[in-house]
Amino acid sequence: MNNTTTINTFSKLAIKSSSELMFGKAPKPAKCGFNLNVGGGQVFPEINFTLPTMLIEENTWPAVVEQYQEIGEMLVRSAKRLHLPGLMVEFELLPPMTEKPEWGAEITNILHMALKRANDEYGLPCALRATPTDIRDGIRPPVLRSGREWEALAASMDRCAAAGADILSIESVGGKEVNDEAMLHGDVAGMIFGLGVLAPRDMEFLWDEIVRVSTKHNIVPGGDSACGFANTAMQLSSQSMLPEVFAAVVRAASTVRSLVAYERGAYGPSKDCAYEGPVIKAITGAPIAMEGKSASCAHFSPVGNVAASMCDLWSNESVQNVRLLSGSAPEAFMELLAYDCRIFNKALEGGSEQAYQSLLVESDVHLSPQALVLSPESTMRIASAIVREKSHYRMTVAAAREAVSIIRDSVRSGELSLNKKEATWLDRVDRELGVLPQDEGTLIDSMSANYGHLYLPESYGL
Amino acid sequence: MEELEKLALLLEEGDVQSVASLTQQLVDSGMSAQTILNNGLIVGMGVVGEKMRTGEMYLPEVLQSATAMHASLKILKPLLAQGGIQPLGKIVMGTVKGDVHDIGKNLVGILLQGAGFEILDLGVNVGPAKFVDAINQHNPSLLAISAMLTTTMLNMKTTIEAIGSAGLRSKVKIIVGGAPVSQKFADEIGADGYAQNAVRAVDKVKEMLTIA
Repeated sequence: MNNTTTINTFSKLAIKSSSELMFGKAPKPAKCGFNLNVGGGQVFPEINFTLPTMLIEENTWPAVVEQYQEIGEMLVRSAKRLHLPGLMVEFELLPPMTEKPEWGAEITNILHMALKRANDEYGLPCALRATPTDIRDGIRPPVLRSGREWEALAASMDRCAAAGADILSIESVGGKEVNDEAMLHGDVAGMIFGLGVLAPRDMEFLWDEIVRVSTKHNIVPGGDSACGFANTAMQLSSQSMLPEVFAAVVRAASTVRSLVAYERGAYGPSKDCAYEGPVIKAITGAPIAMEGKSASCAHFSPVGNVAASMCDLWSNESVQNVRLLSGSAPEAFMELLAYDCRIFNKALEGGSEQAYQSLLVESDVHLSPQALVLSPESTMRIASAIVREKSHYRMTVAAAREAVSIIRDSVRSGELSLNKKEATWLDRVDRELGVLPQDEGTLIDSMSANYGHLYLPESYGL
Repeated sequence: MEELEKLALLLEEGDVQSVASLTQQLVDSGMSAQTILNNGLIVGMGVVGEKMRTGEMYLPEVLQSATAMHASLKILKPLLAQGGIQPLGKIVMGTVKGDVHDIGKNLVGILLQGAGFEILDLGVNVGPAKFVDAINQHNPSLLAISAMLTTTMLNMKTTIEAIGSAGLRSKVKIIVGGAPVSQKFADEIGADGYAQNAVRAVDKVKEMLTIA
């Protein structure tokens, strides 16, 4: 482990107003891979894919490799056909590829070589993001800082970096074991404990290692994602299992644990499924990847357009490598992203980016509290609330409370309409946030009765 | 009967303390545990399930009702056991090998428990041998298997094959579920049932076990 970590603290915003919070432009662009400058004035597609229905075992491995070789060839061919100004490719490792680091490294190298060919042959600016699976929750309660799973994950990051990854990212799971249970019960204190106390502690541990490995291999430490937290809430709310207002508050509260990656040295584009990205962009100035309408191959959402309004990379989240009428599904989604990005970039070139951003925001923002908290104005409010606080716990509470205020303001102005059940839940969440203790020590003590059986204190240095 | 209707209503409202105290009152008044269970708790949870299906209740409210039911069952269980009354059925469940996604599985377990089933949850990343052992050990009426990934869903097939090889296939019904799973896939791998979500899973399990 790195014992000389420099810790960034963010007490001021990198972006001062919502009008500066624009797609394609980040105060601190990230240069990575083969001359790809993310956030430097253009939006690029970030294509992501996964396997069709098949097992990943010793005897199927040659077939798995073939799948990724086919995808690699498609990337080289279609990036040229689509006149892409640049391309980010994300390789999200599947669990067996992380458990067996040489497998993840082999696929990383196949994709790296494909991008190198595209760069050599026609100068495509491009980069490869490798995202090992956080396999540390394979046993319950999760053992996060030692053991076979942690060792495999650490080795996987190192092997992927050595094999040609340009960015390292992860969707980490520390605190999820408590947050899952708390969300199902609609328990605000438990949710804040998972997101604001446990998760940041794991992020510190994990991201020190990711930054160390990235520095060693001279690649970019990208961001984390609260996918397992806030996107779980979003999906549960889409099935009418959780109130939308609860999911919107979880979204805001999840930002702080993801911000910790940047405190520990990450500076690359955040993960596509990290819808907390805009707040991170406002606070740190780092570029962000986002996903929305063009990720409906992976999941549905109420934030399809507003999610695009501040992105630097525009992603499809994930699609199986299966055949469609046009061709392979990854190629079809690459085309979709390419056309989306042409509009972003034409708007930026022609000076009409504010108008286009307004359309993206206004088309969604008053249809759902989850979309509302993602608008540039809401982003600035949540970011400002976070940087006013000092501890991760207080920052998380502040973000959640600001989300409640944003929703209340919009309801009051008549722009957002909540049904009676949603309004009742907003009151409940507000009330429960209001009675949380000032110091996290009191919260930690009070959580052991309900959640103590779910987590190991030593996994969080407690 | 009025008191049983009140119990069902309190259960629907998730009032844990009142449900427990009314259960005790009814037991003390001489009402049989089975009557309280069938005509109070299960009726109440039926309404809760229906309200969840129609979007009138969110999951946290359903779980609050389930907690109230557990508080009541804590009082009733010894009496039911004395009278030889069994749960609706015993269900073993788990997420297949290589997969750690378990929110959906947990939801199914909670709702099935609320509907009166006994649940044995093997957890996540469960290999075929562990499922086979659990069938041998617990003799469940039904096995519920989940998977969330296209690269783990075939382990459902491997699991069903292992159960067949162990000579246990005819002893247990099998239901499968998870985001990438479909009725067609369930049919192909030889499962007896499939449900698209947790609420439908309860109905499907009842149908598979021919419980009204």
